[in-house]
Amino acid sequence: MNIASLLATKSGSPITIRPEQSVREAVALLSRHNIGALIVVNAPGTPVGIVSERDIVREAARNEQVFTRTVGDIMTKDVITALPQDDLISVANTMTERRIRHLPVVDGGKLVGIISIGDVVKAQRDKYRGEVETLETQILADQP
Amino acid sequence: MVLPGTPASPLRVAIIGSGPAAFYAAEHLLKRDDLVVETDMFERLPTPFGLVRGGVAPDHQKIKSVAAAFDKVAAAPRFRFYGHVEFGKDVTLADLREHYHQIVYATGAQTDRRMGIPGEDLRGSHPATEFVAWYNGHPDYQDCRFDLRQERVAVVGVGNVAVDVARILCRTPEELVATDISEGALEALTQSRVREVYMLGRRGPAQAAFTNPEIKELGELAGADIVVHPEEVQLDELSRAALEKGQDRATQKKVEILRGYAQRTPSGKPRRLILRFLVSPVELVGDAEGQVVAMRLVKNELHATAAGTLQPKPTDKTEELPVGLVFRSVGYKGVPLPGVPFNDSWGVILNDKGRVLDPETRRPVLGEYAAGWIKRGPTGVIGTNKPDAAETVVAMLEDLAQGAVLAPAHPEAAAAEALIRRRQPNYVSYTDWRRLDELEVARGRAAGRPRVKFTRVEEMLAALGPA
Repeated sequence: MNIASLLATKSGSPITIRPEQSVREAVALLSRHNIGALIVVNAPGTPVGIVSERDIVREAARNEQVFTRTVGDIMTKDVITALPQDDLISVANTMTERRIRHLPVVDGGKLVGIISIGDVVKAQRDKYRGEVETLETQILADQP
Repeated sequence: MVLPGTPASPLRVAIIGSGPAAFYAAEHLLKRDDLVVETDMFERLPTPFGLVRGGVAPDHQKIKSVAAAFDKVAAAPRFRFYGHVEFGKDVTLADLREHYHQIVYATGAQTDRRMGIPGEDLRGSHPATEFVAWYNGHPDYQDCRFDLRQERVAVVGVGNVAVDVARILCRTPEELVATDISEGALEALTQSRVREVYMLGRRGPAQAAFTNPEIKELGELAGADIVVHPEEVQLDELSRAALEKGQDRATQKKVEILRGYAQRTPSGKPRRLILRFLVSPVELVGDAEGQVVAMRLVKNELHATAAGTLQPKPTDKTEELPVGLVFRSVGYKGVPLPGVPFNDSWGVILNDKGRVLDPETRRPVLGEYAAGWIKRGPTGVIGTNKPDAAETVVAMLEDLAQGAVLAPAHPEAAAAEALIRRRQPNYVSYTDWRRLDELEVARGRAAGRPRVKFTRVEEMLAALGPA
């Protein structure tokens, strides 16, 4: 299974924010969409970073004025991105090992989706459930 | 408003398609003890079960045994099967909205992806799915012709369909006769002159999609020796590192099995099945008559993407493989249904957990749902459709509880039946199908085979007699 198949099961487009917007706006977006990270895009729509709950907490721990800072100030800039043709299993390994919870998916430089570690866990759970279900049905069919 | 779902006013659901996702959706709906649900299942063909009948390989009868579970679903008194009734032609979406509270699309992924290389449409180059549908007796594909006089065949891809096609091409007549392969295909394959079957993977052995049971089966064929080039199953540094790090026992085992094959010396069986890795077709070469005579391949190397997947990168090394028949199996996608929102990028109906979405507003379309491959894309095994359909049914019942269902003018089973009888007097009921099933099995018994399928719609209708 690849990332394109995983994206096919997600209905929404990724939620984005611009670097010059405030952390307050970022928090409002995270809360409204009930998500953990926003992709930061520049004017032409190219991803330039990602801002997660963790980035905001880290800033809040040392700065009472966190809400008035810009997203560009606190975002993670070196973002690992995935391609639609990436394998689910290797992406799962990379996310686990590097402790990444959100990966933007980019196709030809264009943002086409985002996958979270929750999406990856769900896809793997569904895969195993399907296999167990198939085997159970076959075993039961063998019995008189 | 009084919600449907009571004995006086059952919840009426139309399900389009009759493959695993359709039956699992019906099962989840019919087993509710808090609701009275009636499910009417519409199928374009006279026969049910989708890819269980028309896709699963005939030499894998055990996988087809899931049909027994579907028979149990169909035995429910509130289940009806309308076979030989085509959605969009015999009954339209507007008709269904007049007769049902909810509609579920479970039509699968019906078309193959193209390789996108020159020569792809030469004579002798086919989608693997057409060959599969043909040998499984699908009525739409019985006029297909595959030139089995060719001695060398290439199957592009290493997924389960590619494995099935390669294996069927290598089976002996004795092996095939013990299956329910269509009579036409049995005859054609019995006379086949195919001697070499090449399966081509663009990546290495550690990335191949086939499963270990599938690959083991290829090493145990009665009439074909398996051949693997030792240098193509030597793992590159990246694959080795990924394998060690991932601790993926199944993949380690897969590589072990393939290395074992590379050590074998051919035992002189009449056919050879050659597994190739790290090669991509770049062109099909034709003769003056437009017939495939060769395939140009480029050797690949693997490189790691940012997210850690090993992907093929072409080198400057090429080779020419003389083949007269090519089957491509490089992926599948859904086809849009008339009047139903579609997500072209991923080849699925635009949906959220099974609720069909309006592409403009991204809001659910009242009363319309999707399940199975047309909902999630062509992934998973038969059983994957059970939790998939369960998710859709949860969405349907949540919407019902909110009163968000269609308000059909004629929510009676008899009204729907009358409409269908008018539009398609020769519709096939589940009782009719069970008769066809018995006839097929009886024909099989007479021929010493598990089943001899009817492969033409007219043949099926004639066997059933006057409507």
